[in-house]
Amino acid sequence: MSEIRIQREDFDPGAEIAGLQATAEDVGAIASFIGIVRADDKMQAMTLDHYPGFAEREIAAHVSEARARWPVLAVRVVHRVGRLVPGDRIVFVGVASSHRGAAFAAAEFLMDYLKTRAPFWKLEERENSSTWVEARDSDDESVKRWRQ
Amino acid sequence: MKLLYFAWVRQKIGRSEEELSVPASITTVSALVDHLRRRGPGYEAAFARPELLRCAVNQEHARFDARVGPNDEVAFFPPVTGG
Repeated sequence: MSEIRIQREDFDPGAEIAGLQATAEDVGAIASFIGIVRADDKMQAMTLDHYPGFAEREIAAHVSEARARWPVLAVRVVHRVGRLVPGDRIVFVGVASSHRGAAFAAAEFLMDYLKTRAPFWKLEERENSSTWVEARDSDDESVKRWRQ
Repeated sequence: MKLLYFAWVRQKIGRSEEELSVPASITTVSALVDHLRRRGPGYEAAFARPELLRCAVNQEHARFDARVGPNDEVAFFPPVTGG
């Protein structure tokens, strides 16, 4: 089973992991990742914009790809939108599997996708300016290694 | 036609969505862009360089030569930057 949520409110990592464990039988491994907003270059806040419906479908397509590549029992993706400040949790990815190899690999695959090509737009606030982050080609490197 | 704008496209146009009756002669995304550009300075700024934009028709990625009709939902946005 897969669950994808895009929400403004914070999430409880422990509750998400417990939820993952409860959704599948024969779980032997859960790999989870939590992304936290950093204050790079004196960034004070970032606001994430998304296209409701479209974003969930795009992410769901990649969750399906992960499930096709690895023997995964359950996947949960929670991504926050709206205004976030350094220290805020921004993303949770959890993968439950029978064994750790698939859980680690699928979680990393999904995070590489989410960090580079998931349909979000970021407005970064600094002391005197707000700028939209531009798409970067370098981000593609982490995604390329999965295309073999 | 339902139009949606995101990120700086939304900021330049000054709204996030609108319902618009477009002339029947407009059947592609490209023609729609040309039509929208003439709606005012905000639109002109947003669509000045269409190569910087991406679009989706009915929540699916679409190219600018994709066909559009009166009942479609068309979204314009910059290339996505990930989360």
